[in-house]
Amino acid sequence: MSAPVPASRPVVPLDLLEQRTRPVTLAAERSLPVPAALAPLLPDGALPRGSTVEVAGPGATSLALGLVAAASAAGSWTVAVGAADLGLVAAAEAGLVLSRTVLVASPPPERWGTVVVTLAESVEILLVRPVGQVRAADVRRLGAHLRTRGGVLVRLPGPGSWPEAPDIALQTSQPDWWGAVPADRADGAGRLRARRLVVAATGRRRAARPRRIELWLPGADGAPVPVVAEPHRTGTDPPGATPPEAPRASTPTRPPDPGWAHAV
Amino acid sequence: MKPAGGQETDRPERSLVARVPDWPVVAAGHDGDEPVVVVRANRVVAASAAARAVGVTVGLRRREAQRRSPDALIVASDPARDARAFEPVVAALDAITPRVEVSRPGLVAVGTRGPSRYHGGDAALGARIVAVLAATLPRPAPVRVGVADGIFAATCAAHRPRRPTPGAAPGAASGPVTVIAPGETPAFLASWPVAVAAVHLGTAEADAAADVLGRLGLRTLGSLATLAATDVLARFGTDGVLLHRLARGVDPRPLAARRPAPELAVGTEIDPPVERVDALAFRAVALADDLHARLGCDGLACLRLGIEVETEHGELRRRSWRHEGGLTAAAVAERARWQFDGWLNGPVADRPTAGITRLLLDPEEVTAARGRQLGFWGGETRIDEGAARALARVAALLGTDAVTVPEVNGGRGPADRIGSVPTSAVDLTGERALSRPGGEGPWPGRLPPPSPALVFPEPEVIDLLDAADQPVRVGGRGVISAPPSRMGRHPVVGWAGPWPAEERWWDPDRARRRARVQVVLGDGSAHLLALEHGRWHLEATYD
Repeated sequence: MSAPVPASRPVVPLDLLEQRTRPVTLAAERSLPVPAALAPLLPDGALPRGSTVEVAGPGATSLALGLVAAASAAGSWTVAVGAADLGLVAAAEAGLVLSRTVLVASPPPERWGTVVVTLAESVEILLVRPVGQVRAADVRRLGAHLRTRGGVLVRLPGPGSWPEAPDIALQTSQPDWWGAVPADRADGAGRLRARRLVVAATGRRRAARPRRIELWLPGADGAPVPVVAEPHRTGTDPPGATPPEAPRASTPTRPPDPGWAHAV
Repeated sequence: MKPAGGQETDRPERSLVARVPDWPVVAAGHDGDEPVVVVRANRVVAASAAARAVGVTVGLRRREAQRRSPDALIVASDPARDARAFEPVVAALDAITPRVEVSRPGLVAVGTRGPSRYHGGDAALGARIVAVLAATLPRPAPVRVGVADGIFAATCAAHRPRRPTPGAAPGAASGPVTVIAPGETPAFLASWPVAVAAVHLGTAEADAAADVLGRLGLRTLGSLATLAATDVLARFGTDGVLLHRLARGVDPRPLAARRPAPELAVGTEIDPPVERVDALAFRAVALADDLHARLGCDGLACLRLGIEVETEHGELRRRSWRHEGGLTAAAVAERARWQFDGWLNGPVADRPTAGITRLLLDPEEVTAARGRQLGFWGGETRIDEGAARALARVAALLGTDAVTVPEVNGGRGPADRIGSVPTSAVDLTGERALSRPGGEGPWPGRLPPPSPALVFPEPEVIDLLDAADQPVRVGGRGVISAPPSRMGRHPVVGWAGPWPAEERWWDPDRARRRARVQVVLGDGSAHLLALEHGRWHLEATYD
């Protein structure tokens, strides 16, 4: 063991020395990657670690999945709390790695803070939908854990409310689905293929400058795709889209078909 | 290193091991003569005698096990259930000897020095233990007992006694009890494969060392024992030495394993008293971390752990658990939870009469740690172990069903394609297969991407009306009666479909006939509706 330490041990200079020699980390390096289509929404084109992001508006769930997909692919674990209706197929199409995804059922209000803070200690991405009013004390603890562990919390829209504003707020608007047929057409020969969406970002500190982009979310394969102005296109087709094809039935053509002989 | 003559002083303590074969089957409440297969993460972990008779072996894939034994009952593995059912059995042994150590549910070790003299010899003690166990087992099941020098040899003897040359081998087998005479342990062990010793140690390093030895042609413990200890140490390191010492029938850890100072035990007072397993387990997780940190400071690993609780009425319960490879913090917490489950949810007559007020984790036997800290999730990074621990904590708070991981099931609807299973039911420690067999198969009629981001677990019934305010129907040939114009009160501006899906028509109980339609409403939202039995359900939303 060490020798007895004299009472007049010069502690302060050592602390100063440590501060001076600590490796410098730029704020931009403390971040999680996002898909390229969403990068224009965020400061430095990435999710700052330790931040809280709120998604709202039509398509908010798809936006949340798109935001965390690249970080999940890069090795982060994702936990969704209180989102029992999260579409896992859509999550996989957005790019989430399902083997690093865990779902936690909605905790009772009195344990909500304990559960989310416990998860924030060791999981990098939290998708959270509270059912009730979140207590201010829980938010402070949560924020402290997120900053020390470098996680990101995404607030999903839901019945619950938060006592304070997020670091980054993303608001979607003007959803426009492409692929369905007009309601007056008798044959439904189409399918939903992509949605054009406007996303506006506001926030605090480095994210304070308002940003606004238009993108396909979800795109033709489920992942977000930037809207590129191509003159030869009509402007409404997402890139990579193919002409509509007739939807196939699960029971193609079985002429004497007893199963479908009467109405569903 | 001691010369060969030093074996006498190194001879391990004489031990008795009692084993209930296929314990998970017995704990699940089944007899050995019905074909039962216990699976965990799609692999067979135990099978009843009837199932093994037709070729089901441990480690088989579930589908292969079902092929070999088509009428076998498949039971999900549940370590908590195994431990809970085993606790009354171990408690019955307390009447014979206080020194009962549980290695795992279905396997206990007892030091025989005192009890054997009291009951009139090893064989008599063994017969007595067999009788006690047979009387307390929840289902009639065979019990095997082995007595030998050291727990390893006794465990081997409690398995089928193998004889390389009939008649000449030591080991007096009298029914279920096999007694290896003192000093004859090396001869008894000589014909056993090296892998058995690695399994006994239960560490990945020992497995690796046994694998190397096997490839070098040293397949039996007898051939390994002929090597000089110094050569084994030089070539195979400490893991090789452990295997070598086991093979020679000497104490694998002379002097190293010792009773630690009592200060290492960690405990907590619980006020108000708790009676729920999950609340106790939650505290045990924190204690296990604390214990692990304290042992780690001293460079120690725990080989045998005492778990002790005291109730409000002063009842004291204590049980010892053993693991030859050293118990990690997660393993300590897991055994504590099993033990609480056994005490608090066991037979009513044996339950404590009041809430638990004190909890103690006491390392009874420790050894020098050799860096056995395998990562929890595939041995990756520390954050993964932390994540696993945090999830275990949350599962203890909310119940095990509350924490789930996705599993690709296959199917047509968005809810069917990827389901979720509790984290307790899958093996997160290794490479996890995300997809069940057949999950990726062609599913004609399933909707192509993009998929809905919100899938409702319990779809609500909703009206889908055409322009004449009549409910939209789908005819027998999959043709829609009229295009939808309103969903509930909201006007429909676009639609697509229908996609008929007729599933499992061969099974009257599980058959489902549905037709799906996508609608886009005036506010720009899009939804997936399913028609079943003449009623539309809001199945998912393209949020």
